Amino acid sequence: MPIDNGSDEQMIVMDDVYFTYPNGVEALMGVNLKIEDGEFVAIMGQNGAGKTTLVKHINGLLKPTKGRVLIDGVETTKVSVATLARKVGLVFQNPDHQLFSETVEEEISFALKNFGYDEKTIKKRVDWALNLLDLNEYRKVSPFMLSGGERKRVALASVLAWDPKIVILDEPTIGQDYRQKERLRQFIVQLNRQGKTVIIVTHDVEFVAECNPTIMLMRQGRIIATGEAREILTNETLVNQASVALPEITKIFKGLEDFGFPRKVIDVYEAADILYERLGGQR
Amino acid sequence: MAIIEAKRLTYTYPIGEKPAFRDVNLEIKKGEFVIITGPSGCGKTTLCRCFNGLIPHFYGGRLEGEITVCGLNVREHPTYEIAQHVGMVFQNPENQLFALSVEKDVAFGLENLGVPREEIRKRVDWALKITGTYELRNRAPYELSGGQQQRVAIASVLAMNPEVIVLDEPTSFLDPIGAEQIFDVINSLNKDLGITIILVEHRLDLISKYASRVIVMQNGQIVLDGNPREVLVSEEARLIGVGIPKATLLYKILKLRGISLNGPPLSSDEACRSIMEVMSR
Repeated sequence: MPIDNGSDEQMIVMDDVYFTYPNGVEALMGVNLKIEDGEFVAIMGQNGAGKTTLVKHINGLLKPTKGRVLIDGVETTKVSVATLARKVGLVFQNPDHQLFSETVEEEISFALKNFGYDEKTIKKRVDWALNLLDLNEYRKVSPFMLSGGERKRVALASVLAWDPKIVILDEPTIGQDYRQKERLRQFIVQLNRQGKTVIIVTHDVEFVAECNPTIMLMRQGRIIATGEAREILTNETLVNQASVALPEITKIFKGLEDFGFPRKVIDVYEAADILYERLGGQR
Repeated sequence: MAIIEAKRLTYTYPIGEKPAFRDVNLEIKKGEFVIITGPSGCGKTTLCRCFNGLIPHFYGGRLEGEITVCGLNVREHPTYEIAQHVGMVFQNPENQLFALSVEKDVAFGLENLGVPREEIRKRVDWALKITGTYELRNRAPYELSGGQQQRVAIASVLAMNPEVIVLDEPTSFLDPIGAEQIFDVINSLNKDLGITIILVEHRLDLISKYASRVIVMQNGQIVLDGNPREVLVSEEARLIGVGIPKATLLYKILKLRGISLNGPPLSSDEACRSIMEVMSR
């Protein structure tokens, strides 16, 4: 968890943030958080806990009803969404809320054009993003002809094309098969290694167990816990409060507790190592 | 008795250049619990659209070969007729629910069929109770959580008293607890009511233990078909990129390293039990 060193220079700071929708639904009720430059964070919690509302505050789509959100020390109420968008790329849960162009290529170049890049740069960035997400063959295809999983990749490509410092992915694994998830995982880890701040919003416990980010658990508009994946995902009380589930591997080790096995195991390869050591001699 | 039978079935969408699936031979028996999985774009959703006649009646395109569902030749019977035998539940319940109360949503299909009022009352209440949504009957669907909405979607299909229910990734929008509740409901429809279940799913960790059969599709063809344990532990399944349950994967890794647990487990409970067995040997 980021340590409060009294400075506002952390990349993302939320200071007692409340947000109430016009229909009266109180989605955030006193959120405090700090996310440093280059951190990798997963926000988890039950449907309706406020996760999507929270990330919409980071790119300024929503402004707090009460409290402050600061990006690089500047309050989101003091800058336009367009200015923030250069820094913060948000990929929505449902790609259909985001896509509108006639071809995949146009979709990806849209934001770049709006940011005023020259044609040569735009072409380079579009090619780069198409390659990165394995979309080259769909360059001239309408996004709406593609499968749900492919449309999600187009949405992601169009955000990554403008190279934002902060990348937020809302439920990136929905509709993705095992292979694509594995690629997405490697890809996210790579983005993070390149120094980007990556924030994912997800229910996918197994995916998070494999990615090993810092986890923030939300429940009813508040963050109820922040910590390493291994600590949070193996804490049954917390996990239940947030309607998340224990990873499958953790469930196995919970059942083996009486045999003196460690409790805090989330990874299948680590689990195999532990079991190999204990059972190896008993064959 | 086969409740679904496909022979040399091949289908091409109106705009498609090549078939979405080809030469599918498939027999599903009454009471089976079948998981259909495989990489995105392998044709599994398209295949399921034939089971209630959405293909070819709604989507058009070219359907070759034979398909019979509950004794009805799909080509010759309209969707509304087949829909009385086969219920469909989709990924996002928001796309399926539209009425102003849960109860009205669940009654909608029966009203359209002109079922007598008393009978509708009885069947709606029954479907709401089985899916654990009876308490929600006067609420508006859009006020409910995703898990509750999906249970209402299942109730509205169940009220039609179908012999087969096809579910296409019904839990992907739900949190893990919501997903588990849906899987419990699906399992009880199969085990307690004898309804044939066909479930399209990528995430197999929580559901494999309930299934009697797993079918893996790739590039428009059925490539693996059998008992869940055999299919999920096979090297082919891994190479195709099937989302093998973590418990089964752990078994495989240990086996490669020379440690044999009793049979491949499909769930964390099973893995736990077989590890304990080895410990007490």
